[in-house]
Amino acid sequence: MAEGRPVGLTRELMAMRVAQELRPGMAVNLGIGLPTLVSDFLPDGTNILFQAENGVLGYAQILKDGQFDQDLINAGGQPITLVPGASFFDSAASFAMIRGGHIDVAVLGGLQVSERGDLANWFVPERGGGSVGGAMDLAAGARRVIVVMEHATREGAPRILRECAYPLTAQACVDLVVTDLAVIGVTEAGLVLREVAPGVDPAEVAALTEAPLTLAGDLRKMAL
Amino acid sequence: MVATVYESVDAALEGIEDGISLMIGGFASAGSPGNLLQGLIRRGTRGLTVIANNVIPDTPLDAMCDAGQVDHLIATFAIRASGAKKTRFEEMYREGRIGIEMVPQGTFAERIRAGGAGIPGFLTPTAVGTSLAEGKSVIALDGRDYLLERALTADVAVIRAHRADRLGNLEYRDSGRNFNPLMATAARLVIAEVEEIVEPGEIDPNHIVTPAVYVDRLVQCPALPVRWDG
Repeated sequence: MAEGRPVGLTRELMAMRVAQELRPGMAVNLGIGLPTLVSDFLPDGTNILFQAENGVLGYAQILKDGQFDQDLINAGGQPITLVPGASFFDSAASFAMIRGGHIDVAVLGGLQVSERGDLANWFVPERGGGSVGGAMDLAAGARRVIVVMEHATREGAPRILRECAYPLTAQACVDLVVTDLAVIGVTEAGLVLREVAPGVDPAEVAALTEAPLTLAGDLRKMAL
Repeated sequence: MVATVYESVDAALEGIEDGISLMIGGFASAGSPGNLLQGLIRRGTRGLTVIANNVIPDTPLDAMCDAGQVDHLIATFAIRASGAKKTRFEEMYREGRIGIEMVPQGTFAERIRAGGAGIPGFLTPTAVGTSLAEGKSVIALDGRDYLLERALTADVAVIRAHRADRLGNLEYRDSGRNFNPLMATAARLVIAEVEEIVEPGEIDPNHIVTPAVYVDRLVQCPALPVRWDG
């Protein structure tokens, strides 16, 4: 880590902060990677239905070990259990659900976000590779898109940019960015710094953000 | 037409020729017709254009790529951005030995659905303004841009269902459904492997997802186990 760089949230605390955005009764799709941790931070009985785009609405848990039922998996290929009231459907119905605006929130991982809310999260030019999966459909179709990612690269380069340098997943699709340092809203007027992680100064967030940030009138410390 | 029941995987694959387009059902480990793919490996069918959601390491489809049976792949997930274990497909793609058309998953599903439904194309907001929109027509409707996407069909589809009756009515299990019912509608010849074949009437008509009219050949065999290494 670069010298003097602020120490932010762990991955688990980032997931916990995202979980605060979810409300009882919502249908929510959690992307592969960090977003899958979000379901660990919701109290029982919230009636949130988690959708997996391979054709499941209402999975309960991702199994860490134990028996593997190869027909009962999420979109990351991980074994899952179901909540009472879960349903199965084919992939066209699943993406009709997504594209048709029936998913309240998609939580997606990110590589870069632009000041207009463009998202790049599927292709890494340095590796010459990546796969799109359902990312473009989720970014274009979910009612609200929350991106959860590290604020800067391991080398300290900003990921929140004026323009994404990586190939886009979708244009102007992101509503909220939750990072290890901050919560940033995407508005018509640009990016608004709403919350900072405990012990992190707004100036430190701005220094690691390429895009201009407006400080929210009620800017506050994240409550975790 | 209703289905014909075959006694073995090899018999069910009779007449499958080189150079065809082939849809393969399944999503990662779920609902994958692994026995039929192993049969295609034994047959040595080559020059295939494969339409499948994903390729993952240590699976029959990746072995088909390794054996040089696949010329071109239409898929949503085949090359990893992370350092996770690479497929043989990816290595051969980088050597220029297999081509790929990467398709967003919802567009992939809908292209197959449209193909089976006699709809030549459709409009979607997915991928507008991205590299995957290159070469596609953009059509504005009510102030929003959409891509014109073309339907997908194939010569042959190999799929997996949980249970069939002798006529070819299919019932699926859990997330093993995924692309299987779509592909069953979109290929000229549809071959389904199933856990169990029962008499007509034994499956509640309310539970039949793929009606018999779509299925040509049936073979009964247990699912090929897929390892999960989390």
